[in-house]
Amino acid sequence: MSGNYLERRPLVKAVLEARDGALVVPGLGSPTWDCFAAGGSDDYLYSWGGMGLALPTALGVALARPQRRVMCLTGDGEMMMGVGSLSVVGQQSPANLSVLVLDNEHFGETGKQPGLASTTDLCAVAKAVGFRQTMLVTAMEQVADLAQMLFHTPGPNFAVAKIALTQDPLELPEKDGALIAEAFRKAAAI
Amino acid sequence: MTSEPQTHDWSTDVFDAMAARQIQTVCTIPDGGLTRLLQMCQADAGIRVVTLSTEEEGIGVTTGLWLGGQHAMIAMQSSGVGNCMNALGMPQVMRAPCLMLVTMRGQWGEFNPWQVPAGRAVPRLLDTLGVNVYPVDRAEEVGETFAAAADIAFNGGLSAAVLVSQRIIGAKGFGR
Repeated sequence: MSGNYLERRPLVKAVLEARDGALVVPGLGSPTWDCFAAGGSDDYLYSWGGMGLALPTALGVALARPQRRVMCLTGDGEMMMGVGSLSVVGQQSPANLSVLVLDNEHFGETGKQPGLASTTDLCAVAKAVGFRQTMLVTAMEQVADLAQMLFHTPGPNFAVAKIALTQDPLELPEKDGALIAEAFRKAAAI
Repeated sequence: MTSEPQTHDWSTDVFDAMAARQIQTVCTIPDGGLTRLLQMCQADAGIRVVTLSTEEEGIGVTTGLWLGGQHAMIAMQSSGVGNCMNALGMPQVMRAPCLMLVTMRGQWGEFNPWQVPAGRAVPRLLDTLGVNVYPVDRAEEVGETFAAAADIAFNGGLSAAVLVSQRIIGAKGFGR
């Protein structure tokens, strides 16, 4: 590991505070806990499973609700599992979809085993498959530019934030998938 | 030639049943047996075709579309069902509809033995994961079976799969 590493919780909080009404599809585990820790919302589709599905699910929401901005917030492990999904998004090219990968280059939930993103340039992959804008985030000073890209620039857009490998306090949201989905459906219908 | 395709145009029946249920998106990794249906979808400006890199993505995309208020389905070959196992849990815990149209390989007169293990396992795999499974052996019955499965899925927030037998598609003639 090299370079600067951000703290995930302050980063996610700052990004969500700037989301300007965007719907958020977090990946399972830590990104979901991060969203809940930042102050819960029915705009967040909390996930407790289905690794690899965050981006395809966010794509579906974005296609169904083109007038709403949608952000997929996931980790590097899930993004690598579903790396082909980037091509699917690139081909559909929804202008209202953005992706933010929280990249600690490890499987943080399962014992901090090393992952693949340390040797894969995800921004380059995203650019190559048709994302309009990409951004590598290594400093909190970039958050304003990041939020501008994620929530206001025509997409699809893609960012990787290099984050530290930390053990954050567990902040567990609703677990019942039907309740999560119902709340999100109502929020998405506005 | 081990098995000739049945001649009834089931693809048009499915297409009509889709229209009647406002199914506006088809997520797919194609199969020869889906050629005609996918051509009709591609030719219709009101239908969006989402080409996948692996079939499980279709579970995410269709669930996301439902969360956004739209009806969608997945169309795939039976060998793709195995790629969906873990993903099938998500719509079930959300009580979201999950409608799948599966054209079977490795079944009736299959010439490729590599297709047989997955084809054999598909009905039980889906059943084990809690999916309502509707196998069809006659081309004339595909449309009504698809319509019934779609209604089960969308009215009940359930998972339903229509398995179109290789007997309908033909072991070599994959054109329908």
